[in-house]
Amino acid sequence: MRSFVFPEFEIIRDEERCGSCRGCERQCALGTHAYDPVADRLVSDDRKCAGCQRCVIFCPQKAIVVRPSPSFYRPNASWSREKIEDLKRQAETGGVLLTGCGSDKPFRIYWDHILLNASQVTNPSIDPLREPMELRTFLGRKPEMLEISREGKEVEIKTELYPNLTVETPILFSAMSFGAISYNAFKSLATAACRSGTYFNTGEGGLPREMRGEFGRCAIVQVASGRFGIDAEYLNVAQAVEIKVGQGAKPGIGGHLPGEKVSAAVAETRMIPQGTDAISPAPHHDIYSIEDLSTLITALKEATNYEKPISVKIAAVHNFAAIASGIVRAGADIIAIDGLRGGTGAAPKAIRDNVGIPTELAISSLDRRLREEGIRNRSSIIAAGGFRSSSDVIKAIALGADAVYIGSAALIAMGCTLCQKCYTGNCNWGICTQNPRLSGRLNVEIASQRLSNLISAWSHEIREMLGGMGINALESLRGNRDHLRGVGLYEWELDVLGIKGAGE
Amino acid sequence: MMTKAAVSKVRPGSAPKAGSSAGAVAVSIDASGLETRELNDRLRELLLSGAKRVEISHVCGQRYIGTRLYTPERHLMEIDIRGTAGNDLAAFLSGHKITVEGNAQDGVGNTMDSGEVVVRGRAGDVLGFSMRGGEIYVRDGCGYRAALHMKDCEGKRPVLVVGGGAQDFLGEYMAGGVVIILDRDGESHESSFMGTGMHGGVIYLRGTARVDQVGAQVEISPADEADRELIEEYVSRYLDRFPEVDMTKDEIMASPFVRLTPRSKRPYSGLYAY
Repeated sequence: MRSFVFPEFEIIRDEERCGSCRGCERQCALGTHAYDPVADRLVSDDRKCAGCQRCVIFCPQKAIVVRPSPSFYRPNASWSREKIEDLKRQAETGGVLLTGCGSDKPFRIYWDHILLNASQVTNPSIDPLREPMELRTFLGRKPEMLEISREGKEVEIKTELYPNLTVETPILFSAMSFGAISYNAFKSLATAACRSGTYFNTGEGGLPREMRGEFGRCAIVQVASGRFGIDAEYLNVAQAVEIKVGQGAKPGIGGHLPGEKVSAAVAETRMIPQGTDAISPAPHHDIYSIEDLSTLITALKEATNYEKPISVKIAAVHNFAAIASGIVRAGADIIAIDGLRGGTGAAPKAIRDNVGIPTELAISSLDRRLREEGIRNRSSIIAAGGFRSSSDVIKAIALGADAVYIGSAALIAMGCTLCQKCYTGNCNWGICTQNPRLSGRLNVEIASQRLSNLISAWSHEIREMLGGMGINALESLRGNRDHLRGVGLYEWELDVLGIKGAGE
Repeated sequence: MMTKAAVSKVRPGSAPKAGSSAGAVAVSIDASGLETRELNDRLRELLLSGAKRVEISHVCGQRYIGTRLYTPERHLMEIDIRGTAGNDLAAFLSGHKITVEGNAQDGVGNTMDSGEVVVRGRAGDVLGFSMRGGEIYVRDGCGYRAALHMKDCEGKRPVLVVGGGAQDFLGEYMAGGVVIILDRDGESHESSFMGTGMHGGVIYLRGTARVDQVGAQVEISPADEADRELIEEYVSRYLDRFPEVDMTKDEIMASPFVRLTPRSKRPYSGLYAY
């Protein structure tokens, strides 16, 4: 059937500059560029282009520009080009529209409407280059009180402490499974996490055996509804176990890794046959209630000898704070909440762009709810979904999060351009693919260095901003909404965020 | 770290405890009055002190028995449970052998990795959920949602044998492994929604199954010679474990068996507009 959809992008080649080296042809796994030997020139098929900019960056002559195609339908405020073309694609295939990455829709980004405080004259600001600044964070349950005994110079904590994750900066890598992303991308995250004193999250695709010894010490392993790649060793080499109930990009639905992506190595790690669809059902079929969740949490504590914190990850949805309260009471040591803009390797577009609530509002309502119920000490909060910069992170902490998960930001550090074609498995950047020719493009040393650089840069900026507020420990900012003010927000939004308007 | 020290102070660590009472190879625990966690503490201590066989008497609903018995050195032991084993018996089980002289509640063999569970009685709901290795034998029937999302991979195939019948949703999302339902009472299976979303593995039912009892992704066919050989092997193992069963192998095998298999390894391909 002939497609009535415009090409999304337009490829402009400067023929003067182009040396016909065919580099672009090799770089593009989508087959956009081809060499025409008769004319001795390269020709491009706009229709195949995903707009990932790989050829543009790698063209030695800087001869290529890829930009959104300027074709337009008659302007119509209701029927945007995206709506018309999505509809056409469905008319042509009869299928569900898939997409990748976090939602790109113009929902209000609250980070951009919140401003931080700084010290002036009184309570002087602190220079982080001169003074120690504490970003170290402990994730997990904290006791109600500490009983301490003292005999002479010997001091001993009598209270039984709960296992906690120690993270040197409040930024962790979000769950991205081997299978969704390439082995090299997965290993880059692991390498950077270990180097930077933080953690990576295996997602639900298991942890390859050969990585367990070296990278277990900075791994959070997931137990999701598909229960892939789980054995007792997997649970025990990690530092924490996360039960994945939901994901911000697709709350309420399961997922599946298409058979094409289930290569031999992915199959071995997930412990399933090669080439089968790896299906994660929408719910965990052993969890239909908070009591059932409590059973699984305790089973995982038993399986890890009560030595590791257990996290429960849910998507931020309308009534999630009440559910989160139940999750804390069920025994979760950490709650991870993933908001509206959380990323994914593949999700139905209808779900990604229409279900859930923004991370910023979710952090605040969760923190408030747990405080009101007097159970905030029982769980740490890791917020996820759309963190773009260090200022987003520090604002999240001030709204009540203990730490954040970054997913898209980490991928961008490795080369991702958010072209949203992750689900095709043909990622030219070698990130979201199982094609060895493509994944080989991602050098683990370089990619992990880029990730560590990002963590280090953001951590420096967080110290600067903290120092500016006259605070020398992140702990003192946690849930400290007095350091935040809103601009351009409605009253109800300020109320949910628990912050004052600017100037108030 | 402070945290670690405080934890290992109260939980048995990974090294054998000096001066532990359990030097003996075979030991027993009286579970009456013990909380789940206390019972599992004792079991782990025994494992670490070298016990090879433990008998637990008066078990009354204590959960997760067998779950906390993984060690990097792969110490293994056999556990005999007398009484009723609570939820998540043998969850994440790693190689041990557990026999229950009585019934077991929900979640037996949840995400079990390897080993063997024998239930001389009946098992509850969600039996063998996401199990990916090892074998489970249940003498009598089981509850709803058995064998959900069981899976296998190269060289590792879980097997679940149930002597009685199974309730609805048997083998939903099943991705691998072998399930054999012997339905010893001879009543035909009345469970519905069997194998919904199934994309791997095989279910054998003694007797017959109607099309309206299985999910759309499932094909029903009579067991062929190779199937019957496999079934016979596991019927023998079943009878070895339950000599009290009043049927012989020949009597069990005299009935026809049907095989439930997935129509496709890719039930959801074609769902999307790429």
